[in-house]
Amino acid sequence: MILHASSVVFPRVMRHLLLALALMPASVVSHAAQWDIDQLMRGLAQVRTDHSSFVEKKFIAMLDQPLESSGELFYRAPDYLERRTIKPKPESVILDHGTLVIERGRHRRDMQLQDYPELAAFIDSIRGTLAGDREALERSYRLSLDGTAEHWTLQLLPLKEGIQAVVSRIRIAGARDTLRSIEITQADGDSSLMLIEKLAAP
Amino acid sequence: MKQAPARGRAAIALWLAFILACGIVISRSQFTTDLSAFLPRNPTPAQQLLMEQIRDGLASRLILVGIEGADAPTRAWLSRQTATQLRADPAFVTVNNGEPVSAERDRAFLFDHRYLLSPAVTPARFSADGLHAALSESIDLLASPAGLLVKSLLPRDPTGEMVQLLEQLNGGARPKMVDGAWASADGARALMLLQTRASGSDIDAQQRAMDAIRQAFEKASGATPSARLVMSGPGVFSVTSRDTIKNQVSRLAIISIAFIATLLLLVYRSFSALALGFLPVISGALAGIAAVSLGFGVVHGITLGFGTALIGEAVDYSIYLFVQSELGGSDRQNWIERLWPTIRLGVLTSVAGFASLLLSGFPGLAQLGLYSITGLIAAATVTRFVLPHLLPANFRIHDVSAIGYALSRLVQRAAALRWAAAILLLAACAILFSHRASLWDDKIASLSPVSQTDVALDASLRTDTGAPDVRYLVVVSGASMESVLRSCEQVSAILQTQVDEGELGRFESPSRYLPSTATQRARRLSLPSPGELETRLAQAVQGLPVSTQLFAPFLADAAAARSQPLLRAADLEQTSMAMAVAALLIEQGDHWSALLPLTAPKDGSINARRIRAALDATGLPDVLFVDMKTESDNLYSGYLHEAIRLSLGGLVAIIGLLLFVFRSPMRVVRIIAPLAAAVITVTAGLAVFGQQMIILHLVGLLLVVAVGSNYALFFDRAEHAPIAGPDPLAHAASSRTLASMLFAGLTTAAGFGLLSFSSVSVLQAMGVTVAPGVVLALIYSAIFARQARA
Repeated sequence: MILHASSVVFPRVMRHLLLALALMPASVVSHAAQWDIDQLMRGLAQVRTDHSSFVEKKFIAMLDQPLESSGELFYRAPDYLERRTIKPKPESVILDHGTLVIERGRHRRDMQLQDYPELAAFIDSIRGTLAGDREALERSYRLSLDGTAEHWTLQLLPLKEGIQAVVSRIRIAGARDTLRSIEITQADGDSSLMLIEKLAAP
Repeated sequence: MKQAPARGRAAIALWLAFILACGIVISRSQFTTDLSAFLPRNPTPAQQLLMEQIRDGLASRLILVGIEGADAPTRAWLSRQTATQLRADPAFVTVNNGEPVSAERDRAFLFDHRYLLSPAVTPARFSADGLHAALSESIDLLASPAGLLVKSLLPRDPTGEMVQLLEQLNGGARPKMVDGAWASADGARALMLLQTRASGSDIDAQQRAMDAIRQAFEKASGATPSARLVMSGPGVFSVTSRDTIKNQVSRLAIISIAFIATLLLLVYRSFSALALGFLPVISGALAGIAAVSLGFGVVHGITLGFGTALIGEAVDYSIYLFVQSELGGSDRQNWIERLWPTIRLGVLTSVAGFASLLLSGFPGLAQLGLYSITGLIAAATVTRFVLPHLLPANFRIHDVSAIGYALSRLVQRAAALRWAAAILLLAACAILFSHRASLWDDKIASLSPVSQTDVALDASLRTDTGAPDVRYLVVVSGASMESVLRSCEQVSAILQTQVDEGELGRFESPSRYLPSTATQRARRLSLPSPGELETRLAQAVQGLPVSTQLFAPFLADAAAARSQPLLRAADLEQTSMAMAVAALLIEQGDHWSALLPLTAPKDGSINARRIRAALDATGLPDVLFVDMKTESDNLYSGYLHEAIRLSLGGLVAIIGLLLFVFRSPMRVVRIIAPLAAAVITVTAGLAVFGQQMIILHLVGLLLVVAVGSNYALFFDRAEHAPIAGPDPLAHAASSRTLASMLFAGLTTAAGFGLLSFSSVSVLQAMGVTVAPGVVLALIYSAIFARQARA
C-alpha cells in the first residue's frame, strides 16, 4: 500500500511541482535563464497605449520644501506622450513626433525638442523606455538592468557631456511591462521622484 | 545707285545718322527681365508696398537651398561645410542651417535687456502683490518638465521675464535636425535658408550670391559627386528668368532670321536683295528699342522677345516693294504711286491700334505699344524713302509671276469657301459663348516666366524650411522711427488679442526687438529703487517656499537696469534680432515704415475682414492691412480689363481711320470683317485648346488686326482699282501683289510661330495668337474679297 501510495503520491507531487513551475511567472524563469534588457524592451514595446496617474515630488535646493505635483499620463506608441498636471496648476505637456507643446493657462508654447537638447534627453528617456526603444535610449545613455521581471530597475547614465551637465542619473522602476516610478538625479544635486499608478486597461 | 540724286543722298545720310543715334541710345540703355514691367506706373499705397516687397522686401532676399543625394550624414556635413564658408561671405546677412551659431549671443542679449524688452514689465508687476504672483508662477513652472530650463535663472530673474521673451520670440515651424543640420520632413534633403545683403531685384548681385553658394558647395562636395545642390527663392527666379529670356530671345532671333532669310532667298534668288530687304527690319528694331529706352528708361526683355517676332512683320514692307515692282527702276516709281498709299494706310491702321496700348498704366504693355509703333513706322519709312535709293539700277529679283497667277486662280475660287468659312465662324462664336466665363486667366502668376518645375521646387523647399510665404502684412508708416515703433506697439496689442482668440497663428513686429524709447523708458521706470524693491520682495516671498537671500542677484540686476541706457538699433548688431529689425523696419528718405507679417493659425486661414476691422477700430492713421496675393491679382485683373478696353479703343481708332479715309461704311465693314473673323476664330481656337488668355494674347490679337489690315487693304485696293478693260499689265501687277502678300504672311507667321515654342509664357501667348491669326486673316480676306474680275 505504502509503496502503492508512494507511487501514487510521488507522481502527484511531481505533477504539482511541474504545475507550480509552469504557473510561475515567466519572468522568474527567464531571470534564471538571463532576464535582460532586450526582453524588457520587447515587453514594453508591446504596450500600444497607456493611461496612468502620477504624483511627483521635486527636491530643489533653492526651495525650502519639495514641490509636489500630480496628474495623469497618457501614452500612445511610439512617440506620443502627454503629461497632464492637475495640481498645483493645470498644465499639459505633450510630446508628439519630436514637438513639445506646453500649455499653461492661456499660454501655449510649441518647442522643437531638438532645440533643447537637455530637455530632449530627459523626456526621451521616458518616451524611449515606454516605447521599448533600446536604440534611441542607447544613443544618449548607458543602460543597466537590475532585479527581476516582477520588480526591475533600469538605470540610465548619460553619455553626452551636455546632458551630463544637467542630469547625472535616471532610474526607472517597474513590473513587467508597467512603469512604477521614475527617479531623476540632476547634476546639481536636485532630484525628483515620480510615482506612477496604472489607471484603466486600454 | 539709281540716278543718285541729291534727294536720295540726303535720305541715305539722314538714315545713317538716325541709325547711329539709335545705336548710341541703345548702348546706354538698361535692360531688365523682372516682373516689374507688369506692375503699375501709378500705384496705390498698397500696390506701392507690393512693388517694394517684390523688389527689395524681406522675402525677396531669401535663398532656399536644398542638398540632395548621397546619405543623410554626408548631406548634413556638406550643409555645415557650405554654411561655414558662406558665413564668412559679406554678401550674406544670415546663413541658417539649424546650427546654433548666434543662439548664445541672442540669449545673452535678451537676458541683459530683459527689463527693457519684456512686455510684462509694468509698475504693478513690481509691487509686493505683483512680485508674489510672478514668483509663484515661476515656482510653479519649476514643477513642470520645462522647469529644467529655467531653474538656473530663478535667482536672477524670479519674475520670469526671460521666459516671457522666449515665449514671444519662439518662432513658427522649423525644420527638424538630422546629424546637426536642418533636414526636410522626409529626411531626403538637407536644408539651408540664406538671406542676401543685396535686394532681390539686384539680379547681378543675386547671380553672384548663387555662384558663391554653388562654389562653396562644390568645394565641400568635391569627394561626393552624388550630392546635388538645388536653390530657389525670388532672387533665384529673377536670375533664371533672365537667363531663360536672354537665351530664348537670342535663339529665337537667330532662328527666325535664318528661317525668314531662307524663305526670302528662295523667293528672291538674290543675296543682295535679301540683305537690302533686312535694312528696314534692322532700322525698325533699332528705332523701337531706342524709343522704348528713351520713353521708359529701361527696356524689358519681353519687349525684345516681341521685337524678334516683329521681324517677320517689318520685313513685309521690303517684300511688297521688291515683289510688287519686279519690273525694275521705272516700275518702282510706279510702285510708290500705286501701292505706297495702301501700305501707308496699313501702317497707319497698325499705329492706330497700338497707340491705345501707350495709354496703358502697365509699363510692359506701353513698352510693346511704343516699340511696335516706332518700329513699324521706321521700317516703312526706310522702305519708302531710303531703300529705293540703295537699290542698284539693274536690281531684280526672281520672277514670281507664276506663283502670282496660280494664287489669283486660287483666290478666284476662294469664294466657294464662303459657306464653309461662315459655318466655321458660327462654330467659333458658339465656342466663345460657351467658354465666355473662362476665357481669361486673371492671376498674375500667369505672367511669370518661371517654369512649373521651378515653382514646384520652390513650394517644396518652402514647406520644408517653413520659410515665410509673406502674404498678409500690416504696414505702419510714420515720420520717424520712434513714431512708427509706437504705432507698432499699439498694433501689436491688437494683433496679440487676435492671436489669443485663435484668429491668428502669430505675427512679427520690429517693436518686439526694438521697443520705442517711450515704452523702454516706461519699463525702466517700472523698477522701484533698490531699497524699495527689497522691502517689497520681503513681503512677496511670504507663503512661498523661498527666502529673500536667494534673490540677491535679482536685486543687483534690477538696480543696474534702472540706469541701463535705452536700446538703440545699433545695439542689436551681431544678434539675429538685428536682421529681423532691418527687414521689418524700413527707412525711405524722411519716412519710416514697419512691416508686421502675419501667420495664419494652424490648420486655418486668416479672416482678412476681421483683422482689418480690429485694426480700423484703433483709429490709428497710416496703418494698412495688405493681402499681397489678392492685391497682386487685383492689380493684374485690373490691367487685364484696362487692356481689353484699350484694345477695343484701338479697334475703334482703326475703324475711325478707315472711315475717314474711305468715307464708306460698307467698304470699311468689308475690310474689318475678315480681321474680326480671324480674331474670333483664333480666340475660339485658344479656348478649345484650353489656353486661358492673358494680357499678351490680347496684344497678339491687336497685332493680328494690325498685320491683317494690310492684306484686307490690298484686296480692297484690287477691288477698287480703276481698271480699264482687260489690261494684262495690271493683272500681272495684282497677281504679284497676291504673291507678295503670301510671302509677307509666311514671314510673319514664321516669326511669331517660333514664339509659340517658347517656354516663357508671355512670348508663347503672343506666338500662338499671331501666327495662326495672320494666316487666317489672309485666308478670310481672300475668301470674302469681292471678285472684281471673276
